[in-house]
This record gives sequence, structure tokens and C-alpha cells, in this order.
Amino acid sequence: MPFIPHTEDDIRDMLQQIGAGSIEDLFEEIPADLRAPPLSGIPEGLPEMEVTRLMQQRATRDGEPLNFIGAGAYEHHIPAAVWQIATRGEFYSAYTPYQAEASQGTLQLIYEYQTMITRLTGMEVSNASLYDGASALAEAVLMAVRINRRSKSNRILVPGALHPAYRAVTRSIVGNQGIELVELPWDDRLGSIDANGLEAFDGQDITALVIAQPNFFGVLEDVDALTRWAEARGVPVIAVVNPVSLALLKPPGEWGERGADIAVGEGQPLGAPLSGGGPYFGFMTTRREHIRQMPGRIVGRAEDADGRPGFVLTLQAREQHIRRSKATSNICTNQGLVVTAATIHMALLGDAGLTRVAEACWQNTHQLAARLSGEGIRPRFAGDHFHEMVFDFGPDAQARVAQMSRQGVLAGHPLAAEYPDLANCVLACATETKTAGDLDRYVEALA
Amino acid sequence: MTRDEHSLIFDRSRPGRSATAQAPGTAGDAVGIPDALRRRADPGLPAASELDVVRHYTRLSQKNFAIDTQFYPLGSCTMKYNPRACNSLAMLPGFLNRHPLAPAEHSQGYLETMFELQEMLREVTGMSGVSLTPMAGAQGEFAGVAMIRAYHRARGDDERREIIVPDAAHGTNPATAIMCGYQVREIPTDASGDVDLEALKSVVGPQTAGIMLTNPSTVGVFERHIREIATIVHEAGGLLYYDGANLNAILGKVRPGDMGFDVIHMNLHKTFSTPHGGGGPGAGAVGVSRRLLPFLPVPVVVREDSGEYRHAAETDFPQTIGRLSTFAGNAGVLLRAYVYMRMLGRKGMTRVAEFSTLNANYLQAELRHAGFDLAFPERRATHEFIVTLKRQAKETGLTAMDIAKRLLDYGYHAPTTYFPLLVPECLLIEPTETESKETLDGFVAAMAAILEESQQDIDTVKSAPHQLPNRRFDEVAAAKRLDVIYRPETAF
Repeated sequence: MPFIPHTEDDIRDMLQQIGAGSIEDLFEEIPADLRAPPLSGIPEGLPEMEVTRLMQQRATRDGEPLNFIGAGAYEHHIPAAVWQIATRGEFYSAYTPYQAEASQGTLQLIYEYQTMITRLTGMEVSNASLYDGASALAEAVLMAVRINRRSKSNRILVPGALHPAYRAVTRSIVGNQGIELVELPWDDRLGSIDANGLEAFDGQDITALVIAQPNFFGVLEDVDALTRWAEARGVPVIAVVNPVSLALLKPPGEWGERGADIAVGEGQPLGAPLSGGGPYFGFMTTRREHIRQMPGRIVGRAEDADGRPGFVLTLQAREQHIRRSKATSNICTNQGLVVTAATIHMALLGDAGLTRVAEACWQNTHQLAARLSGEGIRPRFAGDHFHEMVFDFGPDAQARVAQMSRQGVLAGHPLAAEYPDLANCVLACATETKTAGDLDRYVEALA
Repeated sequence: MTRDEHSLIFDRSRPGRSATAQAPGTAGDAVGIPDALRRRADPGLPAASELDVVRHYTRLSQKNFAIDTQFYPLGSCTMKYNPRACNSLAMLPGFLNRHPLAPAEHSQGYLETMFELQEMLREVTGMSGVSLTPMAGAQGEFAGVAMIRAYHRARGDDERREIIVPDAAHGTNPATAIMCGYQVREIPTDASGDVDLEALKSVVGPQTAGIMLTNPSTVGVFERHIREIATIVHEAGGLLYYDGANLNAILGKVRPGDMGFDVIHMNLHKTFSTPHGGGGPGAGAVGVSRRLLPFLPVPVVVREDSGEYRHAAETDFPQTIGRLSTFAGNAGVLLRAYVYMRMLGRKGMTRVAEFSTLNANYLQAELRHAGFDLAFPERRATHEFIVTLKRQAKETGLTAMDIAKRLLDYGYHAPTTYFPLLVPECLLIEPTETESKETLDGFVAAMAAILEESQQDIDTVKSAPHQLPNRRFDEVAAAKRLDVIYRPETAF
């Protein structure tokens, strides 16, 4: 029996101790007419060898196209050590570290993670992570509503050039609580937030401003000016940032005069494979003064009865298992194992490694732009970019992308469905994983 | 304890040292980012060699209890063995390297697998449709209650403001109801562990949006009145939500759909053995009855007449409650659940319920013989059961927390303590089907030894653990002093 160790003798002895005639007798409290029919829709079990062959066939069938799609999930090299250590049974098969004495490994690792991510974002405190970037933004919006008690409107300004899925997820999660997302237009030439668009909200009750850096188009926003606009009006700022870009870009903690209030983002570029969209993790950092309004687990340093240092889950009074209906969120898990990988990844790369990755991303994407320019395909926006760009492929954009896909090159993410105004446009990125030969292949597949 | 064993990765950091093999090789042209947008000082990530990092995190891992090293009878969490093949097959390069927005023609292997997973989950729960997108149990709960709300709204039935939750429920249930904009109405549990039907009848009405139930309930017994509950709530116009935390106990034996539930979430990291990973990632797939199909969270995998698979989204489900994750949920976790289900097959799934129930009932009987009191002695255990230390707490001062901490010295992870809240000094114990009789016997012997110790020398038990790197922590001081990130000036 797969994964069940009982022998016939065991079963007999155990039933005898229980005082039951058969295993079936143990289910006697379930009304007979509720009993399930045979599970005819579920296939017979397969030995590991056969499942292995099946999964290998399926994984291979999807091929390994040369990928230039980013749009929220980025292909980066992950050092071999990262997942070899993260999938050690002691990390992989442990539970949430509620029993601190038996979980010092996970707890210390999260404390180190919290330190690394606050250093990267320039913020003061961090939680142990949330599900992914989009859901982290939704939680940040709920948190901003709690922080900004002065505001009565529950209106959140959100860039139209914020990832469409982040807007959609935030709407799904906060919509039932009477919170409204108001979209800010982008400048048609630059691709960044139109400053004139912001002035239209002067004098209105705004609960929070969301700033994405870089934005969905890969364009860099004037984060200082935007943050100052919010600071002058007492509006909390929620930063949505790419963690790899922070090796080069000004961290949210330094935006404007006093920095963003909350910084969130997708942690995937820090050691999580693309893996079809997950599991990733969302990071969330904030100012120390807001820590009690932050959702999710937080690890703190503690001393034991002998005065020896160690780590515990702290401020648990914010959480659902204690506060129930008055909790800051219903969230129960963090993305522990992916955070384990991310912590090892950041430790291996260090400042120098992460900076080189970020620089190589910038260079490769700008080289791609130069190559495409030679083919008459130009960046759609004139603003500064990090490692992703919108390219105008002309009226047959979708057909060209489909044709390239058949040749094994994923040219980028077509924007037509999400942005009808950008129907000819494709969002593409070339991370550090791309070589000059890969760029050649891109251009050849265009022809 | 040497200083080295306490050190943080930052203590191993030396300026100028790095694991250079991990970074891209070429330093190309300068990067053209305007100065005003640039970072001024380095972030301060560790500067360590590859060996430093590998050794540090390998040592940290060894400070954890885990299923792979210890019996982990944590009630309500289903800490069963996580088969290694599930991990290695989910990490095949074709799956790991697939971009979530890759076109369907480069995703057929993955999508076919997800379609089959949806179908198997539908079958085993007796529901009409499944969405795999929620990323954890609590997000599945959110999706479920949001669908209940969308359903009432679509019918113009806007007066329903309340969700009924039994007092024994998981904390996520009331927290979820609030997040969905509902008020929570708690109802009591009766002396035998079932929902108090009279109390239920007195609170249902035109304001009832639905009820959230776990069955088997969080007190470890099967809710015998489930059909009456379904009738009462349905007749009042409310819907039934099934919290799948305890699905392990009934897999293949009874299906939530047949019990009358309208919407359920499944914790794939419990019943379908994907790893807990030290606190995630989970996966909280949701299943719905026919009337809730239009409201499923997107995307959902569909099969076209041509045999091609694709993600169906807002266009196909215009009444959807929307998206819950940036892409399509925790794909890598879903793959692990799929591999597990294929290895088990239909017989193996039914055995999950049978042997988890056998193990729980055996452990319950043995602990009773060893002198422990059961919270519901007249009931059959399901896949878990509750021991109460109320008598011992009064007689010798031995509490549930003391036993939990002393068990760690004996090499066992503690059961769940002080949950559910309505049973005093309780231990919620769930052995799962993957543990052998010898392991259970060893655990009973440790529990008996602790009981004995508590009569001879209560202080040893109350000051446990003694064999681990740390004794009990002062959590109150930790919350007051609040040190949540490392600063060199406050180093150990």
C-alpha cells in the first residue's frame, strides 16, 4: 500500500485494542446513505516509475522555448545550492514554527530574510512574506486603510501602468470592503505617470497612492516627485518594486522626503523558478511605527529561560488564530519554502552579485532594443527603462508573436487584451540569462 | 553552545568576499539610469563564500523538527509523509522553466495535468467544478465566501449580512467572513461535539448568507447532524461552506458534495501531501456546486472540443469573483498534489481515510489506557482526537503546554495545543496514515513517561524542554522589546 506501513498483524492488533471488528466499523457514525460511491473517475494508482515516465513526457512536451516574456515573472539564474538546501527534508517537511524550541532553523532564517529584504527596500521592518506580489499589494491596500484613519473615502490611487493582474487581484480582495481603486493615466509619450493627472486629485480625500517602480511597461517613474506629492497631502505611499532592480534603483525607504510607508513586491526574481506562475512569494516591508498594522507572520529575537538567544513568532495578537474576526487579515501561511530559497539566494549573490545581475539585465534589454531598432521595431515609450520594454510591432503584432512562438522564441507578452490602446505592442525583457546568440535568434525569428 | 552555533549569516560577512561563481560573468557597458533614480549606498546583503552559505543554512536546517526526522502529530495540520517523487517530478526542467504567460501551445503538458487534477478533485469531493487558483487554505476560504456573496448579489438578495460560524472553528473562518464584508454569528457546540441544532435554528433567518463548517469538525468527530444542518440553512436561503482542513479523514468515504455543501476549499498541503515547507507554500483549491459555477475564481483550465487545453478567464466566466493570484496559483504545489494522487489512485485515496482513522482510534485507545482523559470519550475518533489535561492541571499543575514542551525532549513534535478553544487544556492529536504502529507505541510510551514524571517531579516537566538548543522563550518580553531585524550594534 503506497505510503502506508501497516502489516496485517498490525491491523489486527490495533483493531483489537480499539475494540472494533473492522476498519469499516470506525466509520459507523457516518450515516449510511451519505457514504460515497466508488471513485470511478479516479484512475488506478501507478508505481513511481510509471508516474515518472508520464510526468517526463508532459514536461518535455512543453518544450523549452527561448523566453523573452517577463510581465511580472522573470527568468534568472538560480545557483545550484539554493534549491538543494531549500529542499532538505528539515526545511521541506517542517510545519509553521509555532513550537519555537523545535523550529530555530526556520525562525532564524526568517529573521535573516526580514533583515535582507528591509535592507534591499530601505525600509525598517518586514513580515515573513505573503502569497505573491499581487496579493501582497491587496494586503498593503487594506493596511493603508487602517493606517490612514483620517481619510474617510477609501479611495486608492493606482497607476494604469501597474501590472493589470495586480489591479485585478487587489480589486477581488478589497472590493467587498467598500474600497475603490481609482486609475491614474500614464503619459502617452513617456509611459510613466502623468503628473498633470495627479493634480486633478488635489483637494480630494485620497486614502493612499500606489507607485510601481519600474511600472508594468518597464518604465521608471519619478518616484521622488510622486512621493512628495503624497507627503504634502498626508497620503500614505505604497511602493510596488522589483527586488532585483533595487540593486541599482533608489529604495522605497528613500523616496521623497521620508520614504514610502509600505513597500511590497514579487519575490520571485530572488531565487524562485518561473514554474508556471508559482509558488512565488510576496514581500511586505514598512515603517516601524506601522508594524502592528502589518498582516502576516513576523519573527523576533527572544531570550530563553537560561538567557540564551533565539527566535520566536512575535506580535501574534494581530493574527487570525488569536484575534479571529478582529485579525489584521485572514492570512495564515507565509510562503516559507520559497522564502528559504530566496534567503539562500540573496546570501549567495550578496550586493556585488545582485548588482551584476541587475546591470546585465539592463544591458541585455537595451541591447535587444538596439537590435530591434535595426529591424524597424522601436520602444513605444521614451522614458527611462530598467529591464523590460514595450515595443511597437506594428499592426500584425499578434501574428508575428505567434509565428515566433512556433519557431520556439517567445517574443514577449502582447498587450492588446489588457491595453486596447497598445494593441500593436509587445512587452519584452532580456534578463542576464540571455546571450548575444539568444538575441540573434530573436531577430532571426522575426524575419 | 558556542558562539558559532548562534551566529547569523551577517556575522560571516567579510567585505570583499563573495560567491562570484553565482553572478553573470561579463561586466559590460555602464548602465544608463539617471542619477536621481539610483541607489546611493549598497544594500548590505551578506558578503560570504559559497561554502559559508551552504554550511550556515545546512546547520540551520538541522535545528528544525520535520516529518522527515520526527513524528509530528500536529492536530488539524495533517503532517503526513511528503513523498520525494512529488518533489522531483514537479521540479522537472520543463515545468520549472515554463513562463506562466507562455502561449497555450507551449503549455499543453502542464495544462492537461492541471485539467486532470481539477477532475480528480471534483470526483473525490462530489462537487460540480473546481478552480485551482487559491494559493493557500485561507485564500480558498476567501474565494468560497466571496462566491457565496456574489451568488446572493446576482439574485438581488442583498439583505444577507451574516455568516454563521461554530465556536470550534479555525480562526481563519471568522477572519475570512469579515474580509468578505460579512458579520460573524457564532453558535455553540453541544456536549457530544456536534453543532447545537437549537442554537442554529435560533440564529438562521433572512439575514443568513451561509454557514462555515468543518466536517469532521475541529473537535475530531464526524458531525452527525450534517443533513439537518444543510436543510435548516438551505431552507433559510443560506449556503453551506465546507472547510476542507479535515478532508483526510473522509477521503473516498463520504463527499462534501453529497453532504449538501455548496462550496469547499481543500488544503492540498494537508490531504494531498504537498510539503508544509516551514509555513507554506500551500494550495487551497476550491470546489463548487452547480449554482456557484459561474462565480469560480479564474483562471480555470478547460478542454476544447479539439482536445486542446487552455486557461479560461473573465471572458468565459463574466460573473467570476475575479483573480486571486498574479498568474494561476501555486503551480508547483499543484503538480506535487497531482503526482501524489496518481500514485495513490482510487484505492489508495480511500486507504488514506481508513488508515488515518485506524491510527487515530488506536492512539486514542492507547492514551486512554495510559491514564489520559479524552474530551469526547463516547465518540469515535476520526483522523484526530482531543486529550484534555483539565484533571491533571488541577491535581498536579501539569498543563497541555508542559506536555507539548516535554515531548520535544523525547524527540516528538508537540500536538496542537489549546485549539479548539472550547476544550480546556487540550491536545489535538493527529497521527496520519503514514505512521507505523511502532511509532505510535513509542509516542504512547513517552506520554506515559511524562505523566509519571509529572507525579514525581513536576518541575522537570514544567521547565522543559531540556534537550534542545533552547529552553522556553520569554515571548512577552520579545513582543515588548521587538527586535525583528539584525543590526550590528545589537549582535549576539
